[in-house]
Amino acid sequence: MTETRETGGGGTRPLLTVRDLSVQVATEAGAKTVLDRLSFDLTGGETLALAGESGSGKSMTALAIMGLLPKPMARVSGGAIKLGETDLTAMDERGYRKIRSARVAMIFQEPMTSLNPLMTVERQLIEVLLEHEVCRRSEAPKQALRLLKDVRLTEPERRLKQYPHELSGGMRQRVMIAIALACDPEILIADEPTTALDVTVQAEILDLIRTLQAEHGTAVLMITHDMGVVAEMADRVIVLRHGRQEEAAPVRELFAAPQTDYARTLLAAVPRLGSAPARPQAEARKKIVEVDDLSVRFDITGGILNRTIARVHAVENVSFHIRERETLALVGESGCGKSTIGKALLGLVPWDGSIRVDGVQTRGRSRAMMHPVLRDIQMVFQDPGASMDARMTVGEQVIEPMRVHGLARGSELQDRAEWLFKRVGLSPDMLSRYPHEFSGGQRQRVCIARALSLSPKVIVADESVSALDVSVQAQVLDLLQELQEEDGLSYLFISHDMAVIDRVADRVMVMRLGQVMEEGPRDAVLRDPQHPYTKRLLAAVPVPDPTRSRPAMPDAAGIEEASPIFPVGQSPQRIALHDLRQGHRVARVAATTP
Amino acid sequence: MSVATDPAARPRKPSRARVVLGELLRRPRAAFGLIIIALMVFAAVFAPWIMPQDPFAQSFDGLDLMGAPLPPGGDYLLGTDLLGRDLASRLILGTRTSLIIGVVANGIAVLLGAGVGITAGYFGGWTAAILMRFTDLMMAFPALLLAIVLAAIFQPSLMIVALVIAMVNWVQMSRVIYTETRSLAEREFIQVQRAIGSGPIRILFKHLLPHLLSSIIVFGTLGISTTVLLEATLSYLGVGVQPPMPSWGNIIFENQTYFSTAPWLVFFPGLLIVLLALGFNLVGDALRDILDPTLKGRH
Repeated sequence: MTETRETGGGGTRPLLTVRDLSVQVATEAGAKTVLDRLSFDLTGGETLALAGESGSGKSMTALAIMGLLPKPMARVSGGAIKLGETDLTAMDERGYRKIRSARVAMIFQEPMTSLNPLMTVERQLIEVLLEHEVCRRSEAPKQALRLLKDVRLTEPERRLKQYPHELSGGMRQRVMIAIALACDPEILIADEPTTALDVTVQAEILDLIRTLQAEHGTAVLMITHDMGVVAEMADRVIVLRHGRQEEAAPVRELFAAPQTDYARTLLAAVPRLGSAPARPQAEARKKIVEVDDLSVRFDITGGILNRTIARVHAVENVSFHIRERETLALVGESGCGKSTIGKALLGLVPWDGSIRVDGVQTRGRSRAMMHPVLRDIQMVFQDPGASMDARMTVGEQVIEPMRVHGLARGSELQDRAEWLFKRVGLSPDMLSRYPHEFSGGQRQRVCIARALSLSPKVIVADESVSALDVSVQAQVLDLLQELQEEDGLSYLFISHDMAVIDRVADRVMVMRLGQVMEEGPRDAVLRDPQHPYTKRLLAAVPVPDPTRSRPAMPDAAGIEEASPIFPVGQSPQRIALHDLRQGHRVARVAATTP
Repeated sequence: MSVATDPAARPRKPSRARVVLGELLRRPRAAFGLIIIALMVFAAVFAPWIMPQDPFAQSFDGLDLMGAPLPPGGDYLLGTDLLGRDLASRLILGTRTSLIIGVVANGIAVLLGAGVGITAGYFGGWTAAILMRFTDLMMAFPALLLAIVLAAIFQPSLMIVALVIAMVNWVQMSRVIYTETRSLAEREFIQVQRAIGSGPIRILFKHLLPHLLSSIIVFGTLGISTTVLLEATLSYLGVGVQPPMPSWGNIIFENQTYFSTAPWLVFFPGLLIVLLALGFNLVGDALRDILDPTLKGRH
């Protein structure tokens, strides 16, 4: 496999030529075209981004090139895919096996599910190497180690012997990239490679892909919904919508002067860090939620007697308050305890400390005693598809909370549901439909209507827009804003997305490993961050502007590697916050290490 | 399925049961299943009136000159058994026994199993530990021994058989439903219900149960044929239905040794058991699809 490539990497002749590619999917109503006459060329060393929202056909393109379209539901109905001189559309499964990995490799969104959980990293790497006869069996372990070093995995010797579950999300994606690059392919297809990762990890992985691309001269086909990633990675962009090409342009031209309406709206909808309008100064309104010294710990049991052997300190001594009509944003990477705080507020996890909602202490309340509190505080979850019961009409689900709390009955319920639907911008005659008949954005509106049905004072929005396309995301954020202005709602807005938080928050609280690192008014925290962790988070956010390169990420100085799991009897060191000015409070930076 | 679009003219909804029945009849396979079930219920209820002969009469006419049973045809529609009794009549009367076992006893097992499984799965912790250990205990307990002990204490009867079958057959169902409930209870839409403040009963029956229906239906219909045959085993041991009372199972068991010379004695009752299971299976499958709104419009 190390022989010369006929097409020659880095040359001007395209490695991959796609002409009039159409893909059809069989549905109840007959064949539906999900990709309509798409054409593009990919030359060595360049990065082409396929950008678009869900249902735009971008993933279908990747699967069609890889010959992985789900059979028999989807098929290539027309056009040609040429890899060098070979026509891939005419290729059978046997022929494809020689091409996948060897000449065209793919990395997927979810690194956990793409790796085999029962095999060590080494075996998975060796399997690819041997399958494509890259090297002899005796050399394979050495080759595998070299690949892991290539993707800059720390402690590569140890990683080889580990299983996927022992690695973090970023490490897994590095392993996936190592596997993809094992046979030194001409083309790397990356399907949303960083969507499931934290923002700092995303920045590292994108850097890695770029470096490797420069070293190997690989052509990259980047599939993403994130215009920030597009701006950062791509040389050229194709904007797709409903399976059609809307616009194709070099990246700078597209961002500077989009030619089509769709590209313009898409780019306008992208939240940009630092561009959000100032929010009205909240004067000292009533505190609606007061949290003092909140701690949530989960026991890890083990041994034959199922004793507690360790505890996950998910949340440690967190205190905060939310005022009327105020949005407090909780930000942090996965596992920092931000969602746990939301659940604790609704009494969904056991906790210690003090939580008062509208002056009512909720500690020690049973589920039944929580009822009156739950009328004041409700939650909107991340995935609107998963948070709705697929077997109930949406109307029933919006009515359900009112039934549970005995707020209304009979036709009153129906009227109230209709009113709520209008309130969130849905038509009341959709009430009798089932969740699967709605789009993602509409579903999230239904979830918001459901949360509103009890007329709460506070809504906990747990990553409520993360699963939505950017244009839909913007609409849902507008809706939340409007509800706040008109009904005086307060939000606890939990998110990992700095740009979204910039748009909605009055105050921001940055969390890490269950503790608050920095907290204060939005402008203070996001424009003038003091803690190194906040700085790192902000620097990692991709900038949706190809002319401005993202500032180099500050290294992890002052941010020690740590885990929130402690043996019984031990606790993490309590981090004290000191006040800078006007409620901008920052954790003291690792005083122990000079 | 189109959805009513005019909110002003909201028509009075026909009752849910009628809608489901209508849907069932629209599907050819489900309708076929319903017909089978209806015929069997009819036969069980009106057995005394539709039996062509006396099922207990051991007539000389029913045997040939060598004393062998008569094959189907002639006076005896489905032939006769070893004692010269009319097989058709015995099968019709046997429908009663088999329906009670296959539907009632199996139904109790299904309800019990689903109830235990869903409770243990949702509450977890100690509740689950106790319930599931008990399930394991029952699983390890030999059914035949239990039946013999019960029969020795009480009079052997159909009720004992039904009781034993219900007690033995709920465990598999309980295991399956337990595992499924555990994964469902972690799902976000159940979290949402807890966040709303719904109580456990509401969550269990209104939100979890509909999602478990397909497993319950599949396991329930599978149980029908196994329980009908289990009844035959128990009757054979003298625990259950006492001769000369017929059941499909004991007709098979009585005659299986003569399978090569009088195949009809095993074939017809076997066919009926298959039909009964098939009928419930077809209806069950269709019910599962009808009750799942995400499958609307697909057949």
